[in-house]
Amino acid sequence: MAASSIALKPPEMPLAHELRGRVGMWCLIAAESAIFSIFVVAYLYYAGKSLTGPYPNEVLHVPVFNSICLFASSFTIVMAERALKRNEVKLFGTWWLFTIVLGLIFILGTAREWYHLIYREGLTISTNLFGTTFYSLVGLHAFHVIVGLTGLTIIMIFAALGAVTQEHENRIGVFAMYWHFVDAVWVVVLSVVYFIAR
Amino acid sequence: MLDADSLSKPIFVPEAGAVTRPFLDRVHDWIITVDHKKLGLMYIAYGILFLVIGGLEATVMRIQLAVPHNHFVSPQLFNQLFTMHGTTMVFLVGMPLLFGFANYLVPLMVGARDMAFPRLNAFSFWMSALGGIILYFSFIGGNGLYGAGAAPDVGWFAYAPLTAQAFSPGHSTDYWIIGLLVSGIGSIGTALNIVTTVLCMRCPGMTLGKMPMLAWLNLVTSGMVLIVISPLTAAQIMLLLDRYLGAHFFDTQAGGSAVIWMHFFWIFGHPEVYVLIIPGFAFASEIIPVFSRKPIFGYAIMVAATLGIGFLSLGVWAHHMFTIGMTSYSNAFFTASTMAVGVPTGIKIFNWLGTMWGGKIRFSVPMMFCIGFIFQFLIAGLTGIMLAASPFDWQLSNSYFVVAHFHYVLIGGLVFTIFAALYYWFPKVSGRMFNETLGRWHFWLFLIGFHLTFDFMHIPGILGMPRRIYTYEPGRGWEVWNLIISLGVIFQLAAVLCWVVNFLWSWIKGPKAGNDPWDAWTLEWATSSPPPDYNFAVIPTVRSRRPLWDLKHPEDPDWKYE
Repeated sequence: MAASSIALKPPEMPLAHELRGRVGMWCLIAAESAIFSIFVVAYLYYAGKSLTGPYPNEVLHVPVFNSICLFASSFTIVMAERALKRNEVKLFGTWWLFTIVLGLIFILGTAREWYHLIYREGLTISTNLFGTTFYSLVGLHAFHVIVGLTGLTIIMIFAALGAVTQEHENRIGVFAMYWHFVDAVWVVVLSVVYFIAR
Repeated sequence: MLDADSLSKPIFVPEAGAVTRPFLDRVHDWIITVDHKKLGLMYIAYGILFLVIGGLEATVMRIQLAVPHNHFVSPQLFNQLFTMHGTTMVFLVGMPLLFGFANYLVPLMVGARDMAFPRLNAFSFWMSALGGIILYFSFIGGNGLYGAGAAPDVGWFAYAPLTAQAFSPGHSTDYWIIGLLVSGIGSIGTALNIVTTVLCMRCPGMTLGKMPMLAWLNLVTSGMVLIVISPLTAAQIMLLLDRYLGAHFFDTQAGGSAVIWMHFFWIFGHPEVYVLIIPGFAFASEIIPVFSRKPIFGYAIMVAATLGIGFLSLGVWAHHMFTIGMTSYSNAFFTASTMAVGVPTGIKIFNWLGTMWGGKIRFSVPMMFCIGFIFQFLIAGLTGIMLAASPFDWQLSNSYFVVAHFHYVLIGGLVFTIFAALYYWFPKVSGRMFNETLGRWHFWLFLIGFHLTFDFMHIPGILGMPRRIYTYEPGRGWEVWNLIISLGVIFQLAAVLCWVVNFLWSWIKGPKAGNDPWDAWTLEWATSSPPPDYNFAVIPTVRSRRPLWDLKHPEDPDWKYE
């Protein structure tokens, strides 16, 4: 037994157990991407098919500031991760807070846009096909932003209580993947809704 | 390290019955468990419960259709029965049974102590269970505020605009939507868990090329579940928005489209068929080699064929829609892509035959079900090729020919392999052997019943009998066929009764099975029967696809050749 085990190469190791959080999140992202794809397809399919107004080119304005804030939050969350990697817990908390604030600005911006569309322009989900597809696609994304913000806030509370340390780096990284996904979806939603299908 | 010692001296486990705990304590254990084996068994029990319910629904429908002008059930109830039968069999029987087996077997086969996310696993199971309860609550709670409708009655694919508020006013359709939405969340959670377990939790030495076929095929299935359940979820969200917020996705009067519901549903619906059948392939790919005493023929090609089926299945959905008037290019494309699925599937059938070829075949009950599966699945595939040709489909779409075809796939293919798997792994799960004679009675009765029902079901379809009619006129030449179809049900019920009696009796009184009653080769047979909570006292190390063969035959191990 001993002689033979010397002669053999050590067995190959499969993917490490520590990667399972990331693999799991990739799976979730795959499933979520499929949901968003269907809503994007519906948006594109119904673009220009509304029987009555208001039409997108009359009422939509590109949310430049909001989008910049959301994209910036991907940067701040990376900075937070890096701070945690170096075990600078205070710095982590600061960047994390920035991320929450940027996400909040985005979601409040969406709320303002919707308020304007509903009360000034008279566009609701039942007005026409544009309203139906617009509110459902943008709303689905906004829902994901809210879920993300809830998660961010919970982690912020833990961080404020001093419960987030370097050993949580992996888990924080997995959560950050979700936030990056929410940002990446916004690239698609933004280009489809505000540029391609106007 | 897996060595001869650990096999000859099984890990000590306290006898299950040694300490009798109060009944409620034991129930509590099952409810709060995060153990993959208990959750797997609960999934399987849940699937079998609904299999019985769905089977009884089918029985009632067959009584109604046995003779023309029958008044056994009302047309309204008949609509509910076929809707609930279809929905139940796909979502509450097929998926839970397959997830149950995957839950139980994948960690054992890859040499892990549990799934990657045990708590997510429990969450997913209970979400699926909640979905089933919501769907069936509609029978008693569906009257709701509007006083109309009980169980869903819009068909399992719930075509628009029948599901619009105007045509489906009560809450029955909402129960269908919410029940499936909730169980869909459970499906995604379990699929995510299986993918992660297969990728990250394998024992040392088990590279992707050395995984058991069952782990490979469940990896493919679960990967598919992740991307095909979501379109249904999305479409159902749209339907809810249509029904309650006045959105216009499927509302043709406001420019919406009923056809897009069909597309979204079948983008889910067709790959779903492969999600159901690939785990069936997985069972056959584990059982046939063991009972032929040969390793699987063409391992790499089998994996490649599975990936090919998974990939192709994503591009065939519109063959369900040939009759709605698509362009000739679409018809040609979906005909070609559907026929292309026959290539990897054919490779699989030849590989199973190649595995049996020249082997020392043992005709035990699991093997008999697998052989039945191969022949019936071949015929199901042939009628599939017929229906894939769009002109042929124009003639027979929505007829009993289609019903016969997909029941051939799902019963002749899937249910036969599920029975094979239930018999094959019963000794591992219960620690006891089943009764072989009663098992053979089950097989032959079920085989006869299956062929009486579903062979003859093709004929009234060709004679023009549409599906989903609650009765029919005499004198169209359909009567004798319908009577034979209904008579087959009696044999199937008798067969299932044999199986239930066999398993209940064997679970309590069967002879002890030992760790490895089949002289098999995968890791689950290396641990005790039933396996302890921690599965393996020492995480095994493997060097080939058949670690137990290496162990039993140190003079001629597989790893010398792989």
